[in-house]
Amino acid sequence: MDFLVFQYPMITVQACLDGILLGILFALIAYGMALQWGVMNIINIAQGDLVILGGYIAYFMYLYGIHPAWGVIVAPIIMYFVGIGIYKLVINKVVDRDLFISILATFGISILFMQLMNFAFGADVVLANSGYGTTMLFDSNVVLPNSKIFSAFISILFAVCLVIYMKKSKLGRAIRATAQNARAAKILGVDTEKVYAATFGINAALCGVAGALVSITFTIHPYMGLPYTIRSFMIVIVAGLGNLPGVAMSGMGLGVFEEFADYILGTEFRIGSVFLLLVLILVYRRFKLSKKREYLK
Amino acid sequence: MSKNNLILYAAILVFGLAAPFIFPAFKVQLSILCVLIVLAITWNIQGGEMGYNSFGNILFYGLGMYLCASVQVGMFFPLAEWTESGGEKTFVHTPAQFFQGMAVGLVVAAVVPTIVAGLIGYSILGLRGHYFAICTLGLGVAAGEISGGIEIIGAGQGFTTPPFPNIGSLEARGEFFYFLSFFTLILTFIAVRSIYSTRFKLILNAIRDNEDKAEAMGIETMKYKIIGWMISAFFCGLAGGIMGGLVGYIDSTDVAFDGREMGVFMVLMAILGGKGTLWGPIIGATVFHIFKEGFWTFFLGWQYVALGVLIIVIVIYFPEGIMGWLREKYPERFGEVVDEKDRKAQVELK
Repeated sequence: MDFLVFQYPMITVQACLDGILLGILFALIAYGMALQWGVMNIINIAQGDLVILGGYIAYFMYLYGIHPAWGVIVAPIIMYFVGIGIYKLVINKVVDRDLFISILATFGISILFMQLMNFAFGADVVLANSGYGTTMLFDSNVVLPNSKIFSAFISILFAVCLVIYMKKSKLGRAIRATAQNARAAKILGVDTEKVYAATFGINAALCGVAGALVSITFTIHPYMGLPYTIRSFMIVIVAGLGNLPGVAMSGMGLGVFEEFADYILGTEFRIGSVFLLLVLILVYRRFKLSKKREYLK
Repeated sequence: MSKNNLILYAAILVFGLAAPFIFPAFKVQLSILCVLIVLAITWNIQGGEMGYNSFGNILFYGLGMYLCASVQVGMFFPLAEWTESGGEKTFVHTPAQFFQGMAVGLVVAAVVPTIVAGLIGYSILGLRGHYFAICTLGLGVAAGEISGGIEIIGAGQGFTTPPFPNIGSLEARGEFFYFLSFFTLILTFIAVRSIYSTRFKLILNAIRDNEDKAEAMGIETMKYKIIGWMISAFFCGLAGGIMGGLVGYIDSTDVAFDGREMGVFMVLMAILGGKGTLWGPIIGATVFHIFKEGFWTFFLGWQYVALGVLIIVIVIYFPEGIMGWLREKYPERFGEVVDEKDRKAQVELK
């Protein structure tokens, strides 16, 4: 199975399509992270755990006989208030502090959530079956689950809605102003405290949407949060803050990379390869930046 | 060294030597405490003094653990067959083989992580702030995931370290590991203390306070950052090697590269005690260990919830740690000259 990818071109096509559909979902999570990183200058390690929590909301709807696709609407509403709650309890005390403090505090939130979910929902790997069937392409050589196509479509929909909201609404303008210069925004009458809370809530809501989609397309497990955090962090640093097409592109790139790593190295190295890629990207970035610094000399 | 300090050190030494005989039931706990203190001190070297907050020192710890055990087995028996046989022992170490293997294993466990730190240091220590923190976090998790896929060291099913040979009394195992970890602790403390009294520490502090300025002053910051990290890795690997023998079983993500436990513990202990102080990590680790053992027995099952809450509370309310709090309260004891008027004015302002 090692080099099946090269012998059968159809598998390559399959991996690419799978990766792109997966990557769009990653890009949605990364967009939330970029938003709060840009506005509050906080890196939320608990991002992935919020995703998983959103997934459990959809899963419970599925258990009670409601179609899990409705989770896409219910999860963000619940998660918005969860996000506001986290902000009021913890984040507003670390916003202006040292970056490391905020990383460690969100790490604590991540461990807390992981464990609470483990108690509440059990340590089983679960999925919410959407029953959408599959689509066959190229003489049924490429098989795409409809749920993945659905998830990619919903992700794009939410991202577009959010972009329009950010551009047009009053709160969106306030958020963008705070991201540019929090002090100036405050002087001009923006209630930054409210903006921060709203940003965190919107980010949590995005995580909720993404989580509901994850529970439909893949599986969820209380401890699977950290890889989502790392993926979104990676996408954001590759794309840069506030570069939406870049986020989408690098999300898809990451998805394709993961599918190929899965095929070539084997599934047991999938998560490991994601983390290694993060290290490699950061190291590459460091050498690129240091070259720039030398020119300045 | 003042006379008071000398008495303090002597008291700690005597207590440390006598502890396993005074509290025979707590030998394993005391050994773990020693290892935890070593980890907190090593984290403090680059986290507290150098200002490079790493989540990835667990990498060196796990590496040391695997290396020590593999060398100890591999010196006398084929490693692949050992891990395959798992719990049922087909090979038995003689006492001489066990101790030789342990000695060589510990040397390897200390030296190889140091070299690894030196090699990756140049590329990774160029990152700043949160990029460094996340990068090292990724490094630690990646190491756990990858080592969980390697067959020869037991892959997902784990690796049993050689059992302690049958010599003398039943107490021998506990005493051996206690003294091993206690002497490692003393070695670490002496080494770190002597490092902290040199110019090297001032350079590390300069890097922490303002790296660009330090570079402008003509300090080759990269060189010192790498050396600092290598020192940290050396003792971290050593602690890992001892812990592997103490636990008796190595698993890739639950014991060796356990970012969720050890990796956070070492950061937390150093912060609880006070970053950037000599005694902070030691006090922090001791308090943390006592606290943790209490929690772990009373809140069985809820320990990670308690851990999560503990992290948040410590980070939000005690970012300066116990030493920082003492310093605020009794600045005279720390050799700071206090202007009473100024202090009162500040208190009033608060």
